[in-house]
Amino acid sequence: MIDFLTLTIEAAIKAALMILSLLTGFAYTTLLERRFIARIQQRVGPNRAGPWGLLQPAADGIKVIFKEDIIPNGADKVIFTLAPALTAIPALIILAVVPLGGDVNVFGYRTSLALTSTNVGVLYILAVTSISVYGITLAGWSSANKYAMLGGLRSTAQMISYELAMGLSILAPVMVVGSMSLADIIDAQKNVWLVVYQPIAGLIFIITMYAETNRAPFDLPEAEQELTAGFHTEYSGMKFAAFYMAEYMKMIGVSVIAATLFFGGYRLFGLENLLGGWMGPVILIGKVMLSLLLFVWIRATLPRFRYDRLMDFGWKVLLPIALANAAITAVLVVLDPWWYRLI
Amino acid sequence: MGEWTFIALLFIISLILPAVPIIAGRLLGPRKPNPLKNSTYECGVETVGDTWVQFKVQYYIFALVFLIFDIEVVFLYPWAVAYHQLPLFGVVAGIVFIVTLAEALIYAWRKGALEWV
Repeated sequence: MIDFLTLTIEAAIKAALMILSLLTGFAYTTLLERRFIARIQQRVGPNRAGPWGLLQPAADGIKVIFKEDIIPNGADKVIFTLAPALTAIPALIILAVVPLGGDVNVFGYRTSLALTSTNVGVLYILAVTSISVYGITLAGWSSANKYAMLGGLRSTAQMISYELAMGLSILAPVMVVGSMSLADIIDAQKNVWLVVYQPIAGLIFIITMYAETNRAPFDLPEAEQELTAGFHTEYSGMKFAAFYMAEYMKMIGVSVIAATLFFGGYRLFGLENLLGGWMGPVILIGKVMLSLLLFVWIRATLPRFRYDRLMDFGWKVLLPIALANAAITAVLVVLDPWWYRLI
Repeated sequence: MGEWTFIALLFIISLILPAVPIIAGRLLGPRKPNPLKNSTYECGVETVGDTWVQFKVQYYIFALVFLIFDIEVVFLYPWAVAYHQLPLFGVVAGIVFIVTLAEALIYAWRKGALEWV
């Protein structure tokens, strides 16, 4: 009983820390994006609030909290209020099963840097990604605005289409490692990253993670030129900020998952054991930063897909390739040729 | 059991994060509604017709195809986990299943269910 209580308090502290770090990560990802994209476009970007604009996220937060919260007349009030929360919660809980580092000592107490280590981690991630579709769909529907409705439906169709390819691209590493636990998947990458064994699955996962987070070049749900602001056209104030927050937290979440599944997670050739294990999260943060920079770079570089081409690309290119990759992986793992041996 | 308790704990804590700012924004922000401000936005003119109308059927066809495939992909996961311990029969059965999936995809493709017009 005492043991369970200690474990629960430990988990509560970890959960609070995880949410706080996601919140900080979100705040500074927005700044990173604005500064980096400004540099690409030969501008300076926000640099007035604090040194190098470092207080800009705080200024934005204070501004948005004092904005009026408008609910349009035709809207379904209950769903209109719940939808932002429904979008933000999956983004917050998706990292529950991902180990963010190895074991560390905190004031003489040995603990692992993961909230929990369930053996169905990959399934949990797939389930939570599916739930995040609901928030956007309901937001678009409940606004009673035609742009929002179109944006919400587009977004639903896009996310479910790319979810299939994503699920199949995660299947291949699971097959190679033989476990759905993310800790096992990281341990299998001690020497060689899984992306070396599964380059096609890795590439498909990276493409689908842009579609799942509704980021450019797949930002159809919020295509300004045709849909104003898509599913959050009618949202203002803090509810709009909740959508914004969910988008950036999802970017961080999928970056962590991509790093874990294909790029060795918190491991980097034994460097993660330095500083009593605290180097692990630092390495993971480094990998996530690189991924976020790629997100911004792609947004600044590539034009948006046309909608029918987007659907064609998901169903007629990514899905068949992912299926074929799963079948080929199955054959390779069972034949086990000398050049396809883990470790 | 323990691990799911912790996930439930995280879920409860994560409810706070969207709830507190939204309620705070409601309390701190100004509230001066007027009919023009509360009307539905539609490129400057008043909104025409109903928003909640019957929608293009293609969305539902995609949703149906998705539903079938998503369930079948989930079926593949236990097979992938137990892959290293399976006898040859299990391996062949799994590959036959993947081929069946591919066949279903080709069927939907040929039937025009994947055309977005």
